[in-house]
Amino acid sequence: MRVSLLITCVVDVVAPDVASAAVRVLRAAGCEVTCNLAQTCCGQPAWNAGFADDAARVARATLDALESDLGDGAEAVVVPAGSCATMVRVFWPELFEVAGDHDAAARARLVGERTRELSELLAERAGHLPPLRLGRPVQAALHESCHMLRELRIVDQPGELARRVEGCEVVGWDGSDRCCGFGGTFSVKLPEASVAMADDKLESLAAGAPDADVLVGCDTSCLLHLQSRAEAAGRPVHVRHLAEVLAAGLPEEEAT
Amino acid sequence: MSGHLLPGTTLRQRTADAVADERLRSNVARAVDRFAGHRLTGLAELDDADELRRAARAAKQQVLADLPALLERFADRVLDLGGHVCWAPTAADARRYVVQVVEAAGATRVAKSKSMATEEIDLNPALAAAGAEVVETDLGEWIIQLAGETPSHIIAPALHKDRHQIKDLFVDTVAAPPSLDTEPTELVRFARERLREVFLAAEVGITGANIAVADTGSIVLVTNEGNGRLVTALPRVHVVVLGMERLAADWRQADLLLALLARSATGQRLSSYTSVVTGPRGQGEVDGPDELHVVVLDNGRSDLLAGEHHEMLGCIRCGACLNVCPVYRQTGGHAYGWVYPGPMGAVLTPLLAADQPEAAEVAGASTLCGACMDACPVQIPLQDLLLSLRRAKAADAGGAERAAWRAWSAAWSDPRRYAATTRAATWGRWAADLAGHLPVGRDWATGRTMPRPAGERFRDRWRAGL
Repeated sequence: MRVSLLITCVVDVVAPDVASAAVRVLRAAGCEVTCNLAQTCCGQPAWNAGFADDAARVARATLDALESDLGDGAEAVVVPAGSCATMVRVFWPELFEVAGDHDAAARARLVGERTRELSELLAERAGHLPPLRLGRPVQAALHESCHMLRELRIVDQPGELARRVEGCEVVGWDGSDRCCGFGGTFSVKLPEASVAMADDKLESLAAGAPDADVLVGCDTSCLLHLQSRAEAAGRPVHVRHLAEVLAAGLPEEEAT
Repeated sequence: MSGHLLPGTTLRQRTADAVADERLRSNVARAVDRFAGHRLTGLAELDDADELRRAARAAKQQVLADLPALLERFADRVLDLGGHVCWAPTAADARRYVVQVVEAAGATRVAKSKSMATEEIDLNPALAAAGAEVVETDLGEWIIQLAGETPSHIIAPALHKDRHQIKDLFVDTVAAPPSLDTEPTELVRFARERLREVFLAAEVGITGANIAVADTGSIVLVTNEGNGRLVTALPRVHVVVLGMERLAADWRQADLLLALLARSATGQRLSSYTSVVTGPRGQGEVDGPDELHVVVLDNGRSDLLAGEHHEMLGCIRCGACLNVCPVYRQTGGHAYGWVYPGPMGAVLTPLLAADQPEAAEVAGASTLCGACMDACPVQIPLQDLLLSLRRAKAADAGGAERAAWRAWSAAWSDPRRYAATTRAATWGRWAADLAGHLPVGRDWATGRTMPRPAGERFRDRWRAGL
């Protein structure tokens, strides 16, 4: 199966290892990965802030790129971020309608139907994955991110995938489904509330999964937010995107 | 329009002040966890809670579609029963009418049961100015009144205070003995004794209405303390302030809404008291008021009904969205700045307090995490409404923020310019340019370290062959 990777801007600039890991795992799952570098960003920050025209302007570039890959034989778009996958699948049609671009809205619907969040696609193709094993066992606490959980209703797949990795013990905790406080521009418009929410999340993690070695999630933005807060508060946490955990479990020859 | 959106304060200041209060945060978190947990237990008893939510949503949509006719039917029934009806287009009209009723009754003592509609119209100060002593009889609302505060939650007005704070308040304001035990049962016993005097002495009782049933002209009041029943049974005059959207066509609809209201609010199948008031005291009846006045409050609701945010009028004021909101959990209700807090307040404030310039930004008090929509018993699309309100605000936004988004979209709508702005060498300068428009960096750095660009972007790796 050929898939087109939507890198997402945060991963592209701040966490390229996440996309590299995603590519390795996708290939190990038997996918041929394409990546159209005409993509930029899904437009979500501006959309959530109320600037629909600016969001549409940016999203159109990415829509064009993904549509082009799908036209060239990719069967699906895969996104290593629940929030951006939600933007494409749920909000793009509305975004383009609001911006008055009905043609783009129609095209976005077609792209959206073929867009999968990474763990969603990998769970469908789990049978193709080689045995996964970590050299050093870890206990992983899973952060459930908001849009993935409550818009895309992707609930079980991240845990199922992480549990396939020998040496990766997955633990849940009370509060794992509560927002980390990032919320795009929310984090800079109401920074004190945003930080308080991150603290609440980190405290619930410490209380509910005290032995966890790593906080694992499917949205780099949430993980970076929590990491930034934890660092500043002098209680650093180790965070990893699910793709990185899976890639670390790949057999040597496939991991390179 | 009325209410008390704090003039000269910003949402950011208010939320910052709130989260700096550790005791408040811990009190709020403890309370909302309890409510949210009860709600889940209460809904789990139902065969299909989501089916009931869909039915309730459909019922409220039907009500809103038929609202003018239902209001006429309801008012006709109230008049048939011997009650009075006042149509109040504005908060000022509603206040004026209630003050007139109190003055005409020669009343100096007024007992109230909890009502957010009366908070919305700022009724108590108007009654006090007219010389009436007003006492709130819901325990939480009484606590708030004694503290000189406003409710921080729509069903549990004092949930931000713990029992030690409440005991101290009783000692300071109503001469409770300093030896008063802080056990909730003892605090309640003290309040009950004080409030019983109020019920017996009051000449006028004022309530809101959880539901008004058009078919029978009935007012339904939901309480857990029985104060609603006492306020409507003992005083000679009963005044209802009814938000005009709180209609049900008939008892079948009312039953549906009641089934979800108590469960969503507190997890109860029914609240301890569900009181129905149908007209003033009839012949042969032993209690109930001589006079019943229903003030039908518009105060911006007709405009809301006619506009794109009309679904918000389906809100049944259960508070479930507050209890699951991660922002409310940290800030409590006062930070929202007006009458209604939490997600429902973040939608209602810009709509119902639209005349106040500080109202529009309250739609920003959400990360759009969606927990509120999953909890709403009538499935109001709160996140969509918040997004729409943010767009309305952005359309009015001037200068700095607009310029920043313009600059951003100009760059990132083009892959070459995106590539140029995200290159490690230029990223910092471009980000600083944007930050010149918006103090993004400084605000992020409020308690957080700055994520560093990785240096090599993924697209560079891809181009180099991966």
